[in-house]
Amino acid sequence: MSSEKKYWKSAEQLEDNSPLVESLEQNEFTDHIPSDEFLGDEENIEGTQTSRRDFLKYVGFSTAAASLAACEGPVVKSIPYVVQPERIIPGVADFYATTIADGFDFASVLVKTREGRPIKIDNNTVSNGLSAGRARVHASVLDLYDIQRIQNPQIENRDVTWTEFFSSLEADLKSNAEKKTYLLTQTFASPSTDKLIKEFQEQYPNVVHIVYDTVSDEAALDAFQAKYGYRALPNYDFSKSEMIVSVGADFLGDWQGGGFSPGYSKSRVPKDGIMSRHIQFEANMSLTGANADKRVPVKPSLQKKIVVEVYNQIVGRVASTNFSDALQNHVDNAITQLKSKSSKSIFVTGLESLEAQAMALEINESLSSEVLNLENPRLIRQGQNSKIKTLISEANAGNVGALMIAGVNPVYSLPNADEFVAALGKINTTVGFSMKKDETASRCKYIAATPHFLESWGDVRFTKKDFSLIQPTIQPLFNTKQFEDCLLKLTGNSSKYYEYVKTNFKSTFDGLSWNKSLHDGSFSIDMELPKTKETFTVDFSSGARKLVSKNNAEGFELTLYTKTSLGDGRQANNPWLQEMPDPITRTSWDNYVTMSKVDAEALGLTNTNVANGALNGNYLTVSLGDKKISKLPVIIQPGQAPGSIGIALGYGKTESIQEEMQVGVNAFPLYNDFDVNQNVTVEAVDGIHEFACVQLHHTMMGRRDIVKETTLEIFNTKDREHWNAVPKVSLNHKEVEVTSPDVDLWDEFDRSVGHHFNLSIDLNSCTGCGACVIACHSENNVPVVGKSEIRKSRDMHWLRIDRYYSSEETILEDYDKKNDISGLTSAINTYGELEVASEEDVQVIFQPVMCQHCNHAPCETVCPVAASAHGRQGQNHMTYNRCVGTRYCANNCPYKVRRFNWFLYNQNDEFDYHMNNDLGRMVLNPDVTVRSRGVMEKCSMCIQKTQKTILDAKREGRVIEDGEFHTACSAACDSGAMSFGDINDKESVVYKKTQDDRMYHLLEYLGTKPNVMYHTKVRNTTEA
Amino acid sequence: MKKTMERPLNLKHLFLVFLLLFTLVTFGQDEVEAESNADEASTEEIIPSADPVKGKELFNSLCGACHKRYKNAVGPSLHGVTERRDMDWLYKWIVNSQELIKSGDSQAVQLYEEWNKVAMNAFPQLNNQDIDNILAYVEEPKPEPVVAVAQVAAGAEGQGGSGISTEIVLGLLSVVLLILSVILILVNKTLNRFAVANGIPIKADKPKGKPIWVAFAENQFLVLVSIVFLLLAVAWGGYSFLMQVGVDQGYEPIQPIHYSHRIHAGENQIECKYCHSSARVSKHSGIPSLNVCMNCHKQIAEVAPETATEEYSKEFYDNEIQKLYEATGWDTSTQSYTGKTKPVKWVRIHNLPDFVYFNHSQHVTVGGIECQTCHGPVETYEIQKQYAPLTMGWCINCHRESNIKVEGNAYYEKIHEELSKKYDVEELTVAEMGGLECGKCHY
Repeated sequence: MSSEKKYWKSAEQLEDNSPLVESLEQNEFTDHIPSDEFLGDEENIEGTQTSRRDFLKYVGFSTAAASLAACEGPVVKSIPYVVQPERIIPGVADFYATTIADGFDFASVLVKTREGRPIKIDNNTVSNGLSAGRARVHASVLDLYDIQRIQNPQIENRDVTWTEFFSSLEADLKSNAEKKTYLLTQTFASPSTDKLIKEFQEQYPNVVHIVYDTVSDEAALDAFQAKYGYRALPNYDFSKSEMIVSVGADFLGDWQGGGFSPGYSKSRVPKDGIMSRHIQFEANMSLTGANADKRVPVKPSLQKKIVVEVYNQIVGRVASTNFSDALQNHVDNAITQLKSKSSKSIFVTGLESLEAQAMALEINESLSSEVLNLENPRLIRQGQNSKIKTLISEANAGNVGALMIAGVNPVYSLPNADEFVAALGKINTTVGFSMKKDETASRCKYIAATPHFLESWGDVRFTKKDFSLIQPTIQPLFNTKQFEDCLLKLTGNSSKYYEYVKTNFKSTFDGLSWNKSLHDGSFSIDMELPKTKETFTVDFSSGARKLVSKNNAEGFELTLYTKTSLGDGRQANNPWLQEMPDPITRTSWDNYVTMSKVDAEALGLTNTNVANGALNGNYLTVSLGDKKISKLPVIIQPGQAPGSIGIALGYGKTESIQEEMQVGVNAFPLYNDFDVNQNVTVEAVDGIHEFACVQLHHTMMGRRDIVKETTLEIFNTKDREHWNAVPKVSLNHKEVEVTSPDVDLWDEFDRSVGHHFNLSIDLNSCTGCGACVIACHSENNVPVVGKSEIRKSRDMHWLRIDRYYSSEETILEDYDKKNDISGLTSAINTYGELEVASEEDVQVIFQPVMCQHCNHAPCETVCPVAASAHGRQGQNHMTYNRCVGTRYCANNCPYKVRRFNWFLYNQNDEFDYHMNNDLGRMVLNPDVTVRSRGVMEKCSMCIQKTQKTILDAKREGRVIEDGEFHTACSAACDSGAMSFGDINDKESVVYKKTQDDRMYHLLEYLGTKPNVMYHTKVRNTTEA
Repeated sequence: MKKTMERPLNLKHLFLVFLLLFTLVTFGQDEVEAESNADEASTEEIIPSADPVKGKELFNSLCGACHKRYKNAVGPSLHGVTERRDMDWLYKWIVNSQELIKSGDSQAVQLYEEWNKVAMNAFPQLNNQDIDNILAYVEEPKPEPVVAVAQVAAGAEGQGGSGISTEIVLGLLSVVLLILSVILILVNKTLNRFAVANGIPIKADKPKGKPIWVAFAENQFLVLVSIVFLLLAVAWGGYSFLMQVGVDQGYEPIQPIHYSHRIHAGENQIECKYCHSSARVSKHSGIPSLNVCMNCHKQIAEVAPETATEEYSKEFYDNEIQKLYEATGWDTSTQSYTGKTKPVKWVRIHNLPDFVYFNHSQHVTVGGIECQTCHGPVETYEIQKQYAPLTMGWCINCHRESNIKVEGNAYYEKIHEELSKKYDVEELTVAEMGGLECGKCHY
């Protein structure tokens, strides 16, 4: 069943006999060394200045110089502590639980420190609240070592001491008592900070506090407040769901603070024949849509109508809607299924409209959904972005004397940034609390240098019940003071913020242990939320009329979105995130317009793959009213709703960001009224854009049968043979299963003694979020190579997440349909159906691929120097110091997981990323070699981690229990898609996974016997 | 060589020279001994009927932690205390100082205040005789610095019994040989001249045959063999030269502080892992942080005179301890830290390349290997040096030969049982356990 489906990674592959695809399938390295061209050109050779003699001279000299230099070892200095801190033992890692709460990402994390410096962020598995590890959270450790950080407080661009800073600022604030002082901050969701701001307001009664979320959820907050009286966001426990309908809500991405994937993934694994069904109506191909069982591409204007229609049919009729037959069919189907699963179903929407959000709440109430968790609403978005208008008009009227900005960058991220800048000029005292001299801070009179969250104290209230504490994991690197410490100073409180948080904790949570809570990082306690004073009601009928009103605007419907890698752009100077390929487009180092193929053809836009597999595209100019964004590159996105386009926010930063990372275009000017859906007009412009897209890289040489998937129906009713058969090979003219020892070329090594590691990847739970990619980067010192190298297919990611598109129907089914035609009407309809561009109605499947650690590894046998060898524990060892860089292994690897170091990526000005400065190198893991030029590298199955677990057990003289072994990727995966362990332990989770019916090995018919296994994806296609 | 029979005369001279040398040596030694004897005899009894030798024992076990004889430490220096204080007062104070303070004794209170109210332990176990003994030891006059010894040793031009180094002996021998051969030639010449003068015919030179090298060159077999040997020698030389590139066996750099393992681990028998404590749990053995040094050196500001050697004087060692105080910011006069620290930049001796993962705790704690196995007889090293070659071959060899310490380690139980059955052995080597796999050390 699975193998008949046609999968493709890029539109190019759909063309028959594309020479490019052919060559990429046949060649491991896209470029060959052009020796023939060079040597064949006699004229050129004769014209060169370097004679053979010169050449020999140079070679001789450099050899001699190199060998002379190698004889004398350098003198290495070792400097021990003068007084060694009690907790720190050089060479032993310490772990601290803390919390990231930067206003966009909120999560409890566990920080690994070595010799007092944080080097890795892990998920905090004991936390009840948000412990979800997203790519950005894992990458945030690198932000600590960002050389762009501001190192001292400044007044008017001059470094000052904190004493001078405060005396001057206090004088300014006091002289400003007549006028208003505005405090513009991120969502802190922190009880202590909130209390402190209140105290600040008591001291300075003229202070007005506005919370500003860069990407707004104001409509949802308002809707919740209207219905329940609290300013919060509803919480969802997707693990209880059996039917999910989402209209434009990217809940596996950053929708309402994100972090829903663990619950969602739990519901996606078929258990006793049951798994959830997920229908997604959306315009852009989002991560959530990619995971849906049924994805219907619809424009935002239609999405609004769908919300009304669902409300009509479930709650009560408010306005009439009209859809095309096909869409009506899809919507009706969804509604029927919502109704049939009633309390097990959930309806969510990402439309930034009070009425739509209110309707979703009503729909869920009517369904009496158990998935919606009202007991524990989320507090991690509190923005009142509409109030910024007041701030600007008051400033223009000259009523604002001071503006303090903390944790946000409005000059970059406000749609009306120019108005804001003008207003800023009219305010006397402007203070930016910032880690960097960004667009906003650089325009402020005072810049208070703030520390990274890994250098700060604090508390966070994620939800009504779940709290989390922030503790520093390193001494402040620079002369910084956190926002709260500054407020304490300004309110004349002499205590430190640490003491303040602790006192607050003790008075609020009497009976809870501070030390234990700090150790665990989080705690849960049910505390009442204050009801908001203002109440308002939602008028559903007029709201519904507004939603269904015809969209008369010309042009395209735009949906702005945030990427899983860069989010709202506050981490834009992070090379790990810049280099992480987008899960859907597989493009890094860029943002772009995503557009459907139909529209692109109409506008004459193309995407072409050049000879080395790199992607080029055309440019568009996007206009919204009088705002114009010129030169946005276009990517043709399968699954994009025709008539709609998508652009990612968070790119195009220009200040406090390294030149290499000033990529993409800032799309925030299009974020009018903080609504992601806008009507825009586009115009094609000249020029070719070069993308750093990896979608055609590392293909498995045109081999098929890579991803396996089936439907829930088949999975439930048929034997494994039908949907996950073990491939067969011919032995003595008989079909024999490839796993049989008879067909093996090699003698099997006995691995039954000791540990035998296996990694299991469940394609049902994997959402493709990419947290594992960054975790691997951070654990294994994987270098960043930059945009132009990525274009040359030289990315160094040890772990890639392949994304495959497939058509809804298999090709065979198309044939069947064609044969079934009888009569004219039927013929017209069916052909019409078949003509629906397969790229519009696509399914997506993600597959993380790393070294498969084959027991019969093709790479090992071809290495001339035995640099690649197999261990008893199942790991394929790569010995860098033995490798001479022949690259035979990469050629012979069927999975294309080996990466060659074309250059020296550390301490090389050509690759000016974190490995090129002392600060950035502090993030390196001292237990893993930093590879040099000319050697091959690949996933080691985190042997440094398994070895450490074994050593710890040996030292303590105990047996290792299941769950102790981890790889960086399996530890980072919060959706449970990856599990790792010892299959010789028959009680272990991973051993049970080997016995699962869904288990298969990648390219099993090759007989490589990998130690990485996959679990067939099951789609719930059950209609009704 | 002809006419060797005529050399006895010269040999006599040689004997004479040696005789002269030995007499000098013995005299030198006697002088030194005589001086040190005089030193010991100069001690005299301070308190009648008290035994300073017993007192020394008591002082070292009870008082030495806080007091020094000639220097302030945690408590005041004690030399001269019998002159400062009354004997009865001293008896009371030493037996129970707190009681004396409580009783309101003015001297006691003043002293207590002066020394930052650090309470002195009570010693009810001491009787007056013991205290007398201690005080007698305390009141011994400060010995004069023993510079004289070093000077004598140096002045004896290296002939001192224990001081003659092999170089000097060899040097002397070669000089003697040189003189010998010159004399021989001279004698030969003279004899020849006599012979000519007396008309005695000297045996004429043999008729010149083929020179040996021509004969050699003509013998092709010999040439071939020697060329082969020559090439082999060159190859061997080249190979051994190249193989020692990057191998720093014997590397013995000069350190910023002359730290002597001989004194610490050798003479004072300090356990290696007292200072290198992280070797038990970490991949690094750890260069001890300076606060570890100060655990002892707060008290030990100078070395005992016996510690000094010919090469390094007591002043030299004391000066090195001063360097430690400078680095940690320890002020000896106030017995407190100034807070001004200056980390010590040691020269790293054992440098493994970055691509090798070595874990001390694996070898020290799990394997139970003595530090000396890889680091050599450190307790005899005056200056620390690299003992082992630290090459991969050296590692691998040991992994092949050493057995795993499995007793009492639950981790090994199952795997040992299965593996020993598989290989049919009682004891498993590291190699059989998988200790030769590349990925175990290279990742």
